[in-house]
Formats: sequence, structure tokens, C-alpha cells
Amino acid sequence: MVQLTEAGVAPTPRPGGAKVLRAVFLVALVTAALWFGLRLLRDPTLFAGSSPTLSKLSQAAVAIVLGVGGVWALFYASNVAVEALPGRATRLLRPYVFVLPAVAVVGVYLIYPIVGTVLESFTNVPEGAGPLTNYVEAFTDSEVLLALRNNLIWLVVAPAVSVAVGLVFAGLVDRVRWEAVAKSFVFMPLAVSFVGAAVVWKFVYAWKPPGQPQIGILNAIWLRAGGFLVELGLLDEVAPVAWLQEIPWNTLALIAIMVWLQVGFAMVVLSAAIKGVPIELIEAARIDGASELQAFFRVTVPTIRGAILTVYTTIAIAVLKVFDIIFVTTGGNFDTSVVAVRMYQDMFRFRDFGQATTMAVILLVAVIPIMVVNIRNLRRQGIRA
Amino acid sequence: MTAEAGAIHARSTQPASWLVRLAVLVIVGIWTIPTLGLLLNSFRTSVESSTTGWWTGLLNPLTSEWTMDNYNRVLTSGGLFDALINSLIVTIPSTIIPITLAAFAAYAFAWLKFRGRSLLFGALVALLVVPIQLSLVPLLKIYQSTDLTGSFLGIWLAHTGFGLPLAVFLLYGFIAALPKDIFESAFIDGATPFTAFIRLVLPLSIPVLASFAIFQFLWVWNDFLVALVFLGGSSDVAVITIELASIVGSRGEAYHLLTAAAFVSMFVPLIVFLSLQRYFIRGLLAGSVKG
Repeated sequence: MVQLTEAGVAPTPRPGGAKVLRAVFLVALVTAALWFGLRLLRDPTLFAGSSPTLSKLSQAAVAIVLGVGGVWALFYASNVAVEALPGRATRLLRPYVFVLPAVAVVGVYLIYPIVGTVLESFTNVPEGAGPLTNYVEAFTDSEVLLALRNNLIWLVVAPAVSVAVGLVFAGLVDRVRWEAVAKSFVFMPLAVSFVGAAVVWKFVYAWKPPGQPQIGILNAIWLRAGGFLVELGLLDEVAPVAWLQEIPWNTLALIAIMVWLQVGFAMVVLSAAIKGVPIELIEAARIDGASELQAFFRVTVPTIRGAILTVYTTIAIAVLKVFDIIFVTTGGNFDTSVVAVRMYQDMFRFRDFGQATTMAVILLVAVIPIMVVNIRNLRRQGIRA
Repeated sequence: MTAEAGAIHARSTQPASWLVRLAVLVIVGIWTIPTLGLLLNSFRTSVESSTTGWWTGLLNPLTSEWTMDNYNRVLTSGGLFDALINSLIVTIPSTIIPITLAAFAAYAFAWLKFRGRSLLFGALVALLVVPIQLSLVPLLKIYQSTDLTGSFLGIWLAHTGFGLPLAVFLLYGFIAALPKDIFESAFIDGATPFTAFIRLVLPLSIPVLASFAIFQFLWVWNDFLVALVFLGGSSDVAVITIELASIVGSRGEAYHLLTAAAFVSMFVPLIVFLSLQRYFIRGLLAGSVKG
């Protein structure tokens, strides 16, 4: 890659004073307009116009123009300002005008808080207590241990099932003519929010007391199938199940929501990988007498193991941070809490920032090894990451 | 990460057996039926919805009563309409601002020379994988002391910060690969780096900008945690996921309303998904590493 400088560019005339003045004026104007506009946006009386719908829409218009226009105005103004400087200073400073906004936002929103979180987990302790107090407290609290156990169950079950279903589906769908349509249906949940998915499945798991008609499809199926088993004498009686409250099935019911959301992702990546397996490999296996199934599991799957590992680690990281699904359906009750839910409760219910930051650090420590595996795997496949 | 090379070959010499087709149908069914049930139930009356399953409506479409009333009610009486608009107010700038910042930064990282270039770039990209939870407590303290909590500016900046590492990473890869001749001739014609950026880099980068924009749009629209922590649930700012979660809390058994509200929240991302599937998949594959 070649670096471009402005050497060789015809020197543009730079009339000093007037240009600098104009630039300073522009920067001041943009800053003032943004400051004023953003203050106005927070004033609830401003948009209280004739109709609530109209006032809400005008607020939206103002907000979007301010947010989108503001960032462009800032870049434009600071570029004018830096170009008003003497030539050498312009060349020296301009890259920073382009880079610093991004670096500053990341500094404030990621670097500073990450350092702060790690420090706080050791220092936000009662007077005279040791730096590990929060960690000792966390690992002796039965509810935290329960959350950790649940995270472990999620981590073992969700990525494995998602990858397995995604892989099998990708292998099967490769053979049917309506491949694209079938894939779209399985892929669609990826566009849906975790909260939306939680509502979708809360309705699937809906429970009514015995004797009342069930409106949740899972209980309807369960009663039908169970009734059949009772008739056969295999079961004594069958009752509707409160899937989200019955321990330990509720955690599995919640994991099913995550699997429903993630299989589409696994399928898309693995399907593309399967299509990349050289046809000659599979044909050679067939000539050697391998069945379709053997060819798939002995040739295709080992060939795409890199893609499988990528999908597995990606889903594993998403699973470790799972929050929305549990927060919306059970709120962490009925023994379903996980570390991220516990952290939220530490922050807002118990106001215990020491414990909250400790939960965050535990999450980080859990994510790091998975990340290392992922990066090594990508490197092995020849992709820089 | 994936090769498409063999895609033109038929993968199998034999036509799919009925067993394969059945298995595909079963999986498609499991993946579709929950959403289908939600959609159907949102058009059923409160009485039918609470006394019979949605499949009875499907099996007796003519004798069942269908209604738009649930949508009417959730959009006019609750806070759902305002939440829908709030989601737009949050999502559009939260998509455009990080793209703008990232495009300028990626351009400078790729084509301008300055001190600290590789250090800054490395630091930015390394943050790609850090879970958001690591940022919450210190940021909440800053927000509470500067009165940014519950403001649109506050959440725009938060989504910008969390989205930037991925945006810079993606855009850099693309912008650094642009041919250098176009820049050279532009500079000879008297373009400044700023005008070269506006007239060359942005138009040429539209594919990667679109991929990231769709990924970020859906990420912000579907976000719950960031909105919950920094924006809160007050009705003048609450976004649609927050409002939907609060309906689950307050009307959790009124499934005719709950399903209608859920579908309202899913409508926009589904439209984006259906119309821009190609870009969406590209953005998703690229964004799968986001922390």
C-alpha cells in the first residue's frame, strides 16, 4: 500500500487572515447550532403541538436531521479549519481530523470503561477489605453459582445443537430444488430481536390450568401425545406443563429460543462451506463405495471443520452474553438466571457496582479463551483476524 | 471465510429422496410455525384468542372471526406508536454516525500517513470482541453525572461507540483495497484529501457501506440491553423493544394484544431482511465477530 501525501500537488494560494477567521466562525457556528438543537430536543414542551402524532413525527424529523447532519457538519467545519492553517500544519494535522472522532468515541465508550470495570471489581470493596472481596463474595453466593451453572448449561447445549441442526439442514437442503425458499424460512428469525423471539416462544409455551383449552401449541401437542400414551397404558396421566417455570425444563425451553435464532446463521455459513467442497472429493468417496451419508460425515464434514469451528465459537460467545431472552420471559426467576441477568440486577436492583463489575469481568474471562480458539482457527484457514 | 467455488456443480448425483425432502420440510415447519402462530393470533378476537388455540382459526378460517382491532388498540392506546417512532429516531442516526466516523477513520488509516497509525488501528480492532457488559457500569456513572441518561444523543453515541470497531474493521479492508491510481490522478487534479474522500471513496465504497449499514440498523433496532441501561423506559424516549418487553410485563396473558405488538416490532426488520437479503447475509457473515 502506498501512502499519499500532498507532495506534488500545486500549492493552493492561502490568503491568511480572512480564511482563518471564516473557519473559526464556521466551527463556532456548527458547535453552537448543535448544542442549541440538542438542548431543544430534550425540551418536552417544544413539540407539544396540535396533534400528538404530528408532534412526535416532527420531533423525529428534527432529531434525525440533527444527528445525521450534525456529524457531517462537524467533519466539514473541522476540515475547513484545518485547511485554513499554514500548509505544513494542514498536512500534519489533517489525518487526525479524520481519525480522532472515531478514536475519541471508542476511547470514551470502550477503552476507559473496560479499564474502569476491571479496576472497580477489585477496588469497590468495604473499607479495609481485600481486593478479591467481590470475587470471594461472588463465588460463595448460591445465586451467582446458580447463574454460572446455567451459563455452563447454555454453553454446552446451545452452540452444539445450533451447529448440529444447522449442519444437517445445510447438508439436506443442498439436495432439494426449493433450496433458496427453505433456507429463507430458517434464516428469517435472525432478523427478529431477542425480545420479539422471546414473545414468539412465550406464546408457544403458553400454559392454562388443566381442564381449560390450551392456547400454547406445545401444550396442545403434549396433551394430545400424552393422551395417546395414557391410552396405551404407558403413562398414568397427562397434565399441561408450565414450560417456563418447571425446573429444570425451563432452562432448556429458553435455550431452544436461542437455537431457533442461531441455526439460520450456522446454516448460511455451513451451506456456503459445503458448496466449496470440491466435487471430486465426494465422487472419489462414492467410487470407493461410500454411501451418501458416509460421504457427508467422512468427507464433507472433515473438510469444512474450520467453518464449523468458526460458527461454534461465534455462537458460544453470543450465548455467554445472553440476557434479553431470560430477562423478558422469566426475569431470571425459577432458577433460570445467568451472569448477564445477575449483572443487571446488581446494577439496578441492588445498586452494587462492585458485584456488577465482577460479573462483567467473569464474562470477559470466559469469552477470552473462546476468542483465542476462534482467532487461531481463522489464522489456520489463512484469514487474518 | 467461505468459498463459493464449487457452487455451480450439482452436489448430488441422485435426486433428493422423499426422506430428505420430508426432513427439510419438518425443520422448515419447526422454524416457521411459531412465527406463523404469532401472526395469525394477532388477527383474532380477544375471546377466541383466550379460549382456543390459533390453529383452530387456521383450520376454520371461514367460521372464525378475524379482526384488525388488536393492531388498532396497541397502536392508538398504548405507547407502541411513539415507541416505533423513537426506534426510528434512535436507529437512523445510530447507523449513520458510526458509518461516517468509521469511513473517515478507515480512509485515513488506509491512505494518509501519520504518527501512531498502526497503534491506533490495532487498538480499535482489538476491541471488536469485548462484551458490551464491560462498558456498562463506568458509562452509566458518566451518563448520570452529565445528564445524558434518557437522551437521544446519549444513545446515539453509545451505539456509535459499540459499533465503531466493527465498522472501522470492515470499511478499512475495503477502502485500503481501492486502486491507488484513482487517488493519484485526483490529487494531480487538485483534489484535497477531503474532496477525494467525498467524491471517490464514498461512492466506490457503497457495497461495504450498505452491508455495514444493514447490519448496524438491525442490531440497533433489535437492541434491548443498551436501550434499557442508557435510555430507559419513560414513554417519550422508550424504543420498541423496551415497550414490547413492558407489555409482556403488564399484559403478558393478553395474547391477542401481545402478538400484535410483537409483530409491529418485527415488521421493520423483516422488511429490511426480505428486501436486502443479499447485503444482509454479507453483513451478517462479516459481523459475526462483533462482541
